[in-house]
Amino acid sequence: MTVTAPGTASRLDAAVRRDLYSQMVLIRTFEEALLRDYHADKKPVWDIAAGLIPGEMHLSAGQEPVAAGVCAHLSTADAITATHRPHHLAIAHGMDLGALAAEIFGRETGLGRGRGGHMHLFDPATHFSCSGIIAEGYPPALGQAFAFTRQGSDRIAVAVTGEGAANQGAFHEAINLAALWKLPVVFVVEDNDWGISVPRSASTSVPSNATRAAAYGIPGERIEDNAVEAVYAAAGRAVARARAGEGPSLIEVHTLRLWGHFEGDAQGYRTDLDGVPDRDPLPTYELTLREAGLLDDERVAAIRAEAAAKVEAAIDFAKSSPVPDPASATSYVFA
Amino acid sequence: MTATTSDTLTVQAPGRRLTTAKAMVEGISQEMEADPTVFYLGEDVGAYGGIFSSTTGLLERFGPKRVIDTPISETAFIGLAIGAAVEGMRPIAELMFVDFFGVCFDQIYNHMAKIHFESGGNVKVPMVLTTAVGGGYSDAAQHSQCLWATFAHMPGMKVVVPSTPYDAKGLMISAIRDDNPVVYMFHKGVMGLPWMTKSQRTNDVVPEDPYEVPIGKARLARAGKDVTVVTLSLSVHDALDVADRLGAEGVLDAEVIDLRSLVPLDREAILTSVARTGRLVIVDEDYQSFGLSGEVVATVTDHDPSMLRAPAIRVAVPDVPIPYAHGLEEAVLPGPARIEAALRKVTGA
Repeated sequence: MTVTAPGTASRLDAAVRRDLYSQMVLIRTFEEALLRDYHADKKPVWDIAAGLIPGEMHLSAGQEPVAAGVCAHLSTADAITATHRPHHLAIAHGMDLGALAAEIFGRETGLGRGRGGHMHLFDPATHFSCSGIIAEGYPPALGQAFAFTRQGSDRIAVAVTGEGAANQGAFHEAINLAALWKLPVVFVVEDNDWGISVPRSASTSVPSNATRAAAYGIPGERIEDNAVEAVYAAAGRAVARARAGEGPSLIEVHTLRLWGHFEGDAQGYRTDLDGVPDRDPLPTYELTLREAGLLDDERVAAIRAEAAAKVEAAIDFAKSSPVPDPASATSYVFA
Repeated sequence: MTATTSDTLTVQAPGRRLTTAKAMVEGISQEMEADPTVFYLGEDVGAYGGIFSSTTGLLERFGPKRVIDTPISETAFIGLAIGAAVEGMRPIAELMFVDFFGVCFDQIYNHMAKIHFESGGNVKVPMVLTTAVGGGYSDAAQHSQCLWATFAHMPGMKVVVPSTPYDAKGLMISAIRDDNPVVYMFHKGVMGLPWMTKSQRTNDVVPEDPYEVPIGKARLARAGKDVTVVTLSLSVHDALDVADRLGAEGVLDAEVIDLRSLVPLDREAILTSVARTGRLVIVDEDYQSFGLSGEVVATVTDHDPSMLRAPAIRVAVPDVPIPYAHGLEEAVLPGPARIEAALRKVTGA
């Protein structure tokens, strides 16, 4: 197991660094738009079922470095299985923003025609799926990797969970089997410190889940400080290893849950809130790139404007799309 | 489980005979031959050939890349099958005993069964989950259950339950070719295993060419006019034995329907028969409450309660875990004695 501290990543070329930043901006812009629209019609009385976006909403703000750093090495032919907090990975993997937004708004034009919702996104075009059940997205990723190998391709599957999932049986069963069969999988753990209200110190017997990789004879690496370039470097190694047929790797990223577990979570349990603003990875990375001379006011404004245009177009598409016909509620159980 | 054999079976039809297990394997083998995306994985399915002979000879024929022994990690390998199916393969995953579903049901009902729906029909999961069910040989509470109604209760999986060699092969071929997840539940007592008591019907004529048995179509196993027996799996043989004997003795003439599928359930076959007989006995080796037997009764009463000239009788496992001691187990399983008592009572014979 190695620990990669910020600053030790090899120097990346300017285009890659700007792309990482732009990807993070796009994700954050999307999540901020959802934040706005989710709460807009839940006032003055907050009712989880009310409004254009009903139900639980787990936004990924703060975890952009994981998605940007990992997905930069993937094409849409590669698979991702994500969690109940999936938007950052879906966006970075290239999912159509309109279909994503429409599903979140419960529209017929959504990825799942409004049947799935934001925790159940399935996109054949990008081989993306997610599951609302902790750690249970890992095993299907093995099957996608298995199929890719049998098809003779070098496509891989990336399986993502949170740190709370690393104490589930599915996590360990899946890593053992993938290691045993040398499947082309990259396992990613997003350690955002909190399993809803339970801190990792109260859930996990080891300081780093990357050390658990040793139990399965595969490389494990933990990235501290939500450092996007370190994530990019580690993911590059893991993806290359998988594509070369050398088997899976495990990467844990110490990331940040910038907002609540779900929208409406008052976070009264959270002891680290005072430090959260300073740990926001977006201004941090923007500053790094400004200091490196890769960003200035003009470029930042252009990147933000482009992201806003894409996101608002997607949200407009969602809002203007038809809702599913209640008469079709029993459709799609069987093919 | 009983080994009684009715006289009618001693008249053997011409043709090649296979046990249910060998017929099931032949179906798998022919589909693996025809379709390179089909593969089989599970515990002890390779060199052992399946604890209940569900894969005998497949490893030798197709090799370890397509007949794959797994670790004892049902969540991992059933999940693997799901992912492979999503990417266009047609996996068959074996859950050694259905009783083990407790360690992996999330993959089954939250993933395998729901992905097609959640995706609005955009993602298919064409896989088969095979599993051994049933008791009658003192394997006790954690290795003797049927549990088919538990699977059938959850939307999104087809559930098939063959009782004969012919149906075992045809339903397997249909299950593999189906674009939906199909749970294929084989009773250990119908497999024709040399180390279990069995009905002679578990060694029967099976066509050599591939063929499908339609999923969702019941089979009229015995025509009769006095009472309809709706049943499935091993209980089909017990019901036929009792019906043949009571028929030969001139006591009553029972019609026996082998459901073959729980999902979809052939409600039309049930209604058609009950409309003719006016009497209904359900023989179900699963637990009685909240299960298949109640569903069959509701199928009739939802349609027309006046169809029944006498209250329906359910011969099922009273709501108790399957006991170990032989006499205790026999007391709770729906064997011939309980079936006969029910038939006599419902017909007043």
